[in-house]
Amino acid sequence: MGYSGWKVIWQGLTGNTGWKPAWREPDPKPSYDVIIVGAGGHGLAAAYYLAKEFGITNVAVIEKGWLGSGNIGRNTTIIRSNYLLPGNEPFYEFSMKLWEGLEQDFNYNAMVSQRGILNLCHSDPQRDAFNRRGNSMRLAGADAVLLDADGVREMCPFLDFDNARFPIKGGILQPRGGTVRHDAVAWGYARGADSQGVDIIQNCEVTGFVMESGVCMGVETNRGTIRAKKVGVAVAGSSGRVMAKAGMRLPIESHVLQAFVTEGLKPVLPGVITFGAGHFYVSQSDKGGLVFGGDIDGYNTYAQRGNLPVVEDVCEGGMAIMPMIGRTRLLRSWGGIMDMSMDGSPFIDKTHIDGLYFNGGWCYGGFKATPASGFCFAHLLAKDEPHPTATKYRLDRFRRGAMIDEKGVGAQPNLH
Amino acid sequence: MTQKNRITGGLVDRSTTLNFSFNGNRFQGHPGDTLASALLANGQIMMGRSFKYHRPRGALSAGSEEPNALVQLRKGSHQEPNTRATVAELFEGLEATSQNHRGSLENDFMEITDLFSRFLSAGFYYKTFMWPKSFWEKVYEPIIRHSAGLGRISFEPDPDIYDKGFLHCDLLVIGGGPAGLSAALAAGRSGARVIIADEDFMIGGRLNAETLEVDGISGSEWAARAAVELAAMDNVRLMARTTVYGAYDHGIYGALERVTDHLVTSNGKPRQILWRVYSRRAVLCAGATERPIAFGNNDRPGVMLAGAVRAYANRWGVSPGKRVAIFTNNDDGWRTASDLSRQGVNISAVIDTRDGEPRAQIPGATIAMGGRVMDTRGRKAIHSIKLVDGRTIDADCLAVSGGWNPNIHLTGHQRGRPAWREDISTFVPGQDLPAGMSVAGAANGTFTLAAALAEGHAASDRALSDLGMTPKGGDIAKAEDEAANVTAFWHVSESKARAWLDQQNDVTVKDIKLAHRESFRSVEHLKRYTTLGMATDQGKTANMLALALMAECTGKTIPETGTTIFRPPYTPIPMGALAGRSRGKDFRPYRLTPSHKWAEEQGAIFVTTGMWLRSQWFPQPGETHWRESVDREVAATRGSVGICDVTTLGKIDIQGRDAAEFLNKVYVNGFATLDVGKVRYGLMLREDGMAMDDGTTARLGKNHFVMTTTTANAGPVFRHMEFCRQCLWPDMDVHLISTTDGWAQFAVAGPNARKLLQKVVDSDHSITNEDFPFMACGEITVCGGTTARLFRISFSGELAYEIAVPARYGDSLIRALMAAGEEFNVVAYGTEALGVMRIEKGHAAGNELTGQTTAANLGMGRMVSKKKDCIGNVLSERPALNQDDDLRLVGFKPVNKSEALASGAHFIARGKSAVMANDEGWMSSVTFSPELGHSIGLGFIKSGQERMGEIVRAVDLVHNKDIEVEIVSPHFIDPEGDRLRV
Amino acid sequence: MIINHPHLGPRDAQEFVYLGDASLMDRPDWQDENAADNFHDYLYLRDNPDGEHRELWYHEQGDRSWLVVTRNTLTHEITRVELARDVAIAMRRRK
Repeated sequence: MGYSGWKVIWQGLTGNTGWKPAWREPDPKPSYDVIIVGAGGHGLAAAYYLAKEFGITNVAVIEKGWLGSGNIGRNTTIIRSNYLLPGNEPFYEFSMKLWEGLEQDFNYNAMVSQRGILNLCHSDPQRDAFNRRGNSMRLAGADAVLLDADGVREMCPFLDFDNARFPIKGGILQPRGGTVRHDAVAWGYARGADSQGVDIIQNCEVTGFVMESGVCMGVETNRGTIRAKKVGVAVAGSSGRVMAKAGMRLPIESHVLQAFVTEGLKPVLPGVITFGAGHFYVSQSDKGGLVFGGDIDGYNTYAQRGNLPVVEDVCEGGMAIMPMIGRTRLLRSWGGIMDMSMDGSPFIDKTHIDGLYFNGGWCYGGFKATPASGFCFAHLLAKDEPHPTATKYRLDRFRRGAMIDEKGVGAQPNLH
Repeated sequence: MTQKNRITGGLVDRSTTLNFSFNGNRFQGHPGDTLASALLANGQIMMGRSFKYHRPRGALSAGSEEPNALVQLRKGSHQEPNTRATVAELFEGLEATSQNHRGSLENDFMEITDLFSRFLSAGFYYKTFMWPKSFWEKVYEPIIRHSAGLGRISFEPDPDIYDKGFLHCDLLVIGGGPAGLSAALAAGRSGARVIIADEDFMIGGRLNAETLEVDGISGSEWAARAAVELAAMDNVRLMARTTVYGAYDHGIYGALERVTDHLVTSNGKPRQILWRVYSRRAVLCAGATERPIAFGNNDRPGVMLAGAVRAYANRWGVSPGKRVAIFTNNDDGWRTASDLSRQGVNISAVIDTRDGEPRAQIPGATIAMGGRVMDTRGRKAIHSIKLVDGRTIDADCLAVSGGWNPNIHLTGHQRGRPAWREDISTFVPGQDLPAGMSVAGAANGTFTLAAALAEGHAASDRALSDLGMTPKGGDIAKAEDEAANVTAFWHVSESKARAWLDQQNDVTVKDIKLAHRESFRSVEHLKRYTTLGMATDQGKTANMLALALMAECTGKTIPETGTTIFRPPYTPIPMGALAGRSRGKDFRPYRLTPSHKWAEEQGAIFVTTGMWLRSQWFPQPGETHWRESVDREVAATRGSVGICDVTTLGKIDIQGRDAAEFLNKVYVNGFATLDVGKVRYGLMLREDGMAMDDGTTARLGKNHFVMTTTTANAGPVFRHMEFCRQCLWPDMDVHLISTTDGWAQFAVAGPNARKLLQKVVDSDHSITNEDFPFMACGEITVCGGTTARLFRISFSGELAYEIAVPARYGDSLIRALMAAGEEFNVVAYGTEALGVMRIEKGHAAGNELTGQTTAANLGMGRMVSKKKDCIGNVLSERPALNQDDDLRLVGFKPVNKSEALASGAHFIARGKSAVMANDEGWMSSVTFSPELGHSIGLGFIKSGQERMGEIVRAVDLVHNKDIEVEIVSPHFIDPEGDRLRV
Repeated sequence: MIINHPHLGPRDAQEFVYLGDASLMDRPDWQDENAADNFHDYLYLRDNPDGEHRELWYHEQGDRSWLVVTRNTLTHEITRVELARDVAIAMRRRK
C-alpha cells in the first residue's frame, strides 16, 4: 500500500486498523534467479534495484537474523560524499544523488536530512589536505566549502575556540551531507523490494554454498538448499566467516566500532561535526539524542561490543570541541562489526568462483554508500560488469598495486 | 508551604529542614529526601511531561528506573537536563524546573499533540512528510526537532571537574542491598580485598524501603550496622553513590561515583569520579525492578509502582496520596497495602488479578480478588479508578505491581542471553555470564529476604574459594522469607483507552499491535519501529510488558519472542565524567622542546605539531604580519646564519653487530657501506611499497648508528623497526632505543654556520670543510667539555649543521649559540621559515609523504635497491605502481609571478574542463619564496619529470581560482648543491 | 582487556598497540620465483577467524616488546601470551 499524509489521516480516523504488513514473511522457494545473502542495507538495496532498475524480480534476500540487523541498524547515520580519491568520490557522489531522491522513489520517509557535515581542521597541513579534498569533490560534481576559523565560529559558536589544546583553524563543509534515519532505510528498501516480488527470508542462515563443477549454484541454509543462477554476498561484518565457506580468504579483518547516543536534548547541533585532532563525530537525531562515535577498538573481533579505553577516548574528543556537553549523559553504547579492508575501501566484484559475487569491505563507512552499493551490486549481478562509478572496487587490486587508500596508512586495517 | 503528604516514620532527618524550589515554587524537605520524595511530601504530584504527547506525568518509581519525573537541575552553566527527581538527593537551595513543555508545566501548549494522537501512532512519520521534497529540512524536521528532545543544555562549558581512577579488588560486589551486604561482609571478614558499590546514597537497597527484620533488628538498622562494619575494614572499600555501569572484558567494570552532586557546590572538588575497577571476581547483587501493568490511562500522575509507594512511605515518611488503591498480580503488592495502612494511610481498595482469598486484612479497603483496573480518572492527578466490573473507586494514588524483573543488565553486557523462569514470570541471568561474574539475590530471581542473604553469602564463598582463599565469613544473617507468589498478568485487555507501556516515549499497547500488524515482529524491529525502550530509562519498566504483548500477538512464548540486548551504561553517565580531565588545554599533554623557555622569552609564536609545541616564527618589534617575520628569518639565514630547534625529529639509537645490515633491510638504499663518521639520507618504505618516512642516519661507530625520523613518524617508525627486529629478523644482533627526548638538537644553517659553531665547539674538534665535510658526523664536545654530536646535514639548502647535546643542556646551548652568533646577526627561525627553505630546496615533507606516494612518485625511484632485500621492494614493483604516466613530484611557479599558488589545487591541462577525468595531480606545498620574490610550489603531476616548462592550470575550485603555472624543477635554489659543500 | 605479559604480568591492553594476525611474522623470501604473489598473500589476505586468533600486540607504553597473544575473537578470552621474538626464533628453527 502506498504511504502518504492522507493515508495517515484516514487510518487515524478509522482506528489505524487498515495498515498492511510492510513486507511478507515467505518461505524460501527451491530456486531463484538471484540470491542475495544478507538483508542489511546493501543487500536489500541491491534486491530493490535488481527488481526496479534491472527487471529481475525472482530474487531472494536471505538473512540469518532479522532484516536490518547488521550495521544498517547500528551506525551513526551519517551521509556524505567528501572523499579524496578518484576511485571513491564519483561512487559516493552517485550515492548522495540516490539519497536525494530515495524517499520519493521508495515511498518511505527515511528522514534524509541534508543539514551539512563539517570537518574541523586544526593545522596548516590539515587545511592543505582539506583543500585538496574539497577540490576533488568539486571536480566530481559534489559540493564543498572551505571555511576559515571565523566561518566555523559563525556556524558553530558553541565549539571551543578559546581554550582548545588543538585550536580550530577552519573546516571543510559539505552542505549536502547530513543524516538519515538508518533503520528506515532498511525498512524502505525491504518494503520496496517485497512489493516487487522479492522474497525476504529472515531467520535463515547460510551454512554453505552449493558448488557444482566449480560454479556456485546456490546456498545451503538452516532452512534447506536454495538454488540460484547467481549468488551475491553482502554481509559486511561477517564477510570473513561467510566467504570462508566458499574457501576464500579476504583482504579484510573484522573489527568492532562502538557508537553512542546521549539522552534527548532540545536542539543543539546544526548538522554533523567531526573533530580533526582526535577521532570524534557527532550529530543530533530528530529525537534529540547526540549520536556520536570515534575510533574502532582496534583488535580483531566478532563480539558486538567494545571496551572502555575507546569509550573514554571518544568522549574526550567530544568534550575537547564541545565542553558544553559535560552535563549531558551518555545513554547507550553499542558495537557493530566492521569489514576493515586493507586500504579502507570496499569491494563490489565477481569472485574467482563463477556465479558468486561479493560486496563488502565497507570499513566503517558503509551506511552512506547503501544506495549506490545496492545499485552497483545490482548492476554487476544483472550485467556481469561493474557500474561505471564502481570500477575500482576489485578484489584483485592489491595484486595489481591499485589501492584506494584515502588515509594513506597502508595494509593495516585497524588504521583505516 | 506545609508538607501535607508527610506521614510518620521514615529515615529522613526531620530535625533539619532544607529549602528548595521547583518551577520557582518554594518547598521544604529534609536531609535524606530525594527531590521526588520531597515533592510528593509537598503534594506536588505532577513533575513532568511525556516526550511525544506531552501528557502530564508524576513519578512512577523511587529509583533510577524512573521514566517520567525528569527535571532540569541547577542553573546557569551548572544546568543539568533530564535528571531523575527520584534519585536526585535534596540539598539546601536546590533549584529544579520541569522540562519539555511550552508554557507552564500545568498548561503546556504542546499537549495538543495528545488530541491528535490517533494520527501519530507508531512510525507514522515514516509514512508522510515526503512531499514536497524540499520541505523536510525546512519545515517538517525543524518542527519535529523543536517538539522532540527533552531538557536543555546551557550552551556554556561545564564548570565542574571530573576525575578518573583505577581500583583493584578480589571481589567486586555490585549493589548494597541484602544480598550485596551479605556477600561483602562474608568476603570482607575473610580478608579479601572487597569493593562494594551502590548507586544509592544510603546503603541497604530495599532493606530501607521495607519493614522486614534481619538478625532481630529492622532491616535498615541492620544495613546501617553492616555499612559501619564494612567501612571499618581496611580491606573493604564501601562506595555509596556509585553506579557500576558496565561490565567489560577480563573483569574490568566501569563505575561512576557522584562525589558532590548532593552538595550545594562542588567547592573545588571533582563533581564525579569515573572508576575503572579491575576485579578478579564480581558478584552482581543489583536487585530487581518492579514492572507495571498496562491498563487505560495508566500513565497519569498518581499511578505509581507499588514498591515505590511503599518505599516513599517506609523510607521517606511520605504517602503519595490520601486514599491509596493497590492493583497487583502478586503478594508483594499486598505489603504496600499493609505497610501504608499500618502508618495510618487510608487504603481505598486492593485489586488483585488473582482469584482466591485476600492475602491480608486491610481495614476499610475494598478488596477485589480477580479484579482488574480498566481506567483512571483525573487529568493532572488521578482522583478515581474504574474497574472492569464497572465499579469506580476513589483513589488519588494507585499503586501498581505486576511483579519484579531482576536487574540482569550487567550480565548481558558481554552479550550473554538471559533465561526465562516461568514460576516468577521473568528473565533471570543465563549461563553465559561475563567471566568471573556471579549473581545473587533479587538480581538472580531470588526475591525473598532470607534466601537473598544466603545467596549473597554463598556467592562470596564460592568466589573466594575460586581464588584460593579461605572463606571465613561466619554465619549468614537471619531473616524470614516473605510471601512472594506471582501470577503473570500483563495488561487489562478490556481497557478501551490507551494503555501505556513506555511512559516516556509514549508507546502504548495499540502501538505494539500496530507494529505486529505491519510485520515489525522481531523484538528489535518492535523497539526500533515504536521507540519502545529507547528513552532515558532504556525501558527498564516497559520492555517486559511489550515483550509479553508481542508474544501474545504472535502466539509465541515470551522466551521464544526474545529480549533486546542490554548495553552499557546501566544508567546514563555524564560526558564530562567520561572525558575526565582530558579537556580544554589538557585534552592531550604538551611536549615542549628544550628551547621552549628561551623561545617564550623571545616572544615566539608557537604551533602545535602532533603533541609538540614548536616555535613557528619569532616576531620582532614593528613586524605586523607573520610573513614579515618569516621572510626576515629566511633572508637572514640564507644571508648569514639562522638557528632552529629540530629536537622534535625522531631519534633512534641503533647498536649491535648487525646494525648496518639491519638498516640495509629497513631502508631502500644501502647503509652497509656507509663509512664511520658519515651521514646518509635514507628512505623507508612500508611493505606495500609506499614511502613511510625519510631522514638521515649517521654512523658513529662500526656498530653504532643514530637515525632521525620525521616528527610525525617518530613513534610509528620506532614501532616498525622493533617489529622488524623482534618479529622478522630475531637472529640479528641489533638493539634500538628511542632517544628523541634524550637529545636537544638545533639546526645551524647559513653561510656563517661554521664560523658560529667554531665559537662553541671545543677546539680539539676541527670542523673545517676538509676535516668535517658535507655529510660528516662526529661525537664532539662543546662549551668546554659538554658532550655533543655534530652532523653536517642540511634541510635548508645552505651550509648547515645539526648539533645535539643531552636534553638538559638544550636551554644552555641555544643561549650559547645565539650569543656566539651575535656578531653574525644570527636569527632564530621557526617552522614556517624551515618550511619555506625546504620548499625552495625541493625537499619532500609531510605534505608529500602522505602514505599514498611511492619512491618513484617522489623522484627517488632509483634509490630502491633491487640487489638486496628490504621492506617494500617486492610489492613496490606491482604494475599499477609503475605506469608510464605515474605521478611525479616537481616544482611549479605561477606564469603570472604576482599570483599566489594554493596548496590543494588540482592540475588540469589548458583548455580542458575542470572535471575529475581531466585531473592530472595536485599541488602539495606552496610558499612565497623570499629568494625568488614570488610564489612557488611543489606538487605531483602525471609524468612530471618529462614535462619541464609545460604550462598547466592549477585549479582551486573551492576558492574560485584557476591560474596558469609552469612545471619546473623542484630545486628552486642551488640545484647543484654548491652551497652545501663550501 | 588485560594482557598477561610474560615479563611484566597483567597489563591493561590500553598500554599496547595492536598490529594484526601473527602470520605477519612469516615474511616471504624476496628471491622466491613467486615472491610477488607470496608477498601479496602475506600482506593482504587474512584468515580472520571467529574464534581463536593469534595476533601481534606491541607494548608501546611499556617494555616495547612485541607479543603474540592468542585470543578468542568471539569472547575475547586470552589463553596464551608469548614474546614474539621467542616465537620468531622458534619459527626460524623449524624452517
